[in-house]
Amino acid sequence: MKISIIKYNAGNITSVALALNRLGIQPEITDAPEIIQKSDKVIFPGVGEASTTMNYLKETGLNTLIPKLQQPVLGICLGMQLMCAFSTEGETPCLGIFDEKIQKFPPKEKVPHVGWSSISNLKGPLFKDIPENSFVYFVHSYFAYNNKYSIASCNYIEPFSAAMQKGNFYATQFHPERSGRTGELILKNFIEL
Amino acid sequence: MLAKRIIPCLDIKDGQTVKGIEFENLIDVGDPVELGKYYSDNGADELVFLDITASHEKRKTLSRLVTRIAKQISIPFTVGGGISSIADAETILSAGADKISVNSAAITSPGLIEDIAKKFGSQFIVLAVDAKPEDGKWIVYKNGGRIKTNLELFSWARQTQSLGCGEILFTSMNHDGTKNGFALDPLKKLTETLNIPVIASGGAGSIDDFIEVFNYSNVEAALAASVFHYQEIEISILKEGLYKEKIPVRI
Repeated sequence: MKISIIKYNAGNITSVALALNRLGIQPEITDAPEIIQKSDKVIFPGVGEASTTMNYLKETGLNTLIPKLQQPVLGICLGMQLMCAFSTEGETPCLGIFDEKIQKFPPKEKVPHVGWSSISNLKGPLFKDIPENSFVYFVHSYFAYNNKYSIASCNYIEPFSAAMQKGNFYATQFHPERSGRTGELILKNFIEL
Repeated sequence: MLAKRIIPCLDIKDGQTVKGIEFENLIDVGDPVELGKYYSDNGADELVFLDITASHEKRKTLSRLVTRIAKQISIPFTVGGGISSIADAETILSAGADKISVNSAAITSPGLIEDIAKKFGSQFIVLAVDAKPEDGKWIVYKNGGRIKTNLELFSWARQTQSLGCGEILFTSMNHDGTKNGFALDPLKKLTETLNIPVIASGGAGSIDDFIEVFNYSNVEAALAASVFHYQEIEISILKEGLYKEKIPVRI
């Protein structure tokens, strides 16, 4: 099985690669369109600032490649946010896979939302064998409300979408690569799609 | 629901885990990678690795250790000890750490916090602060508790928050290693003063100490070392105890 991790200027992707290693997968970290297109699965990770990252994706042409991918794609954290239509972080249009808007948490509690939160209303193959109210690890200041694509929900300040799916596109706001056994199982479910 | 975090801290010297009793008389308690994996598999929510003898020459050794840890464990971990530049921070983060903690270097040059926060984001930077009370004031110490500074704990914490620090890890030096419970009052005051998460450190000796600190103050996490390393407290049993007291934990 060939898995590509999309390489771009958004933070630390080492931990995603190492998590796949623990599942016996040697991913390719790449920004080469031909390699990404030929992969069985694609992971689109990311930690960083939305508008800066979108500019980079435009420069490299990844902005047109990613929405056209036919194989299973998993966006993680900023990756998920960039798969939406628009982010208020830097007021930038994004990839538009999910017709949703990303916005910042109102400062009613501590922002960013950092730590282990429980997720519920789990749906679909990504959450196979994952019990309701399992805890996963979040680090984020921006979020999407629950919507028609939501396959998991979380509550911090506001109820929000912890994961989304549209066809072959999957995305998690949390970090499966840092979510212990639950996260490992979610990555394994993605690999086995 | 956001869970309260339980964080074992592993002090590292020359690649080995140590635990000081009030910062002195270091005793070897094992291999950091093995311990990290053990904790990750047994309910720890996060790990902190502090390289207490870190120097510039040792940075490469530390970064190799960080990668070994990152390969083995699937929960977030913070690395600290002697991080004094953007380059140091970048080395540790790209080796696989989720966050870095800074202490003495931030006191010497507070701009470092701002620089790291701007480059990597606030969520990657934890301020570690050691302090003890003197004449009714909490005074900040640096260099592993060896050098007294002119800083007062609460104003220093506020300043670092405004510089972009993402979390505060507060160790009460007089409580550290005593196993008589956490420093409740300054922790409560820190959580009331700040908008960023506070991690309680120093003094954990029993499950009741953890229950007490979470009930008394609004800390997001509690950190301990020896009670976990010597298996005086099993994290799974600790979490059951917290759960019974209706403190939200990941089980």
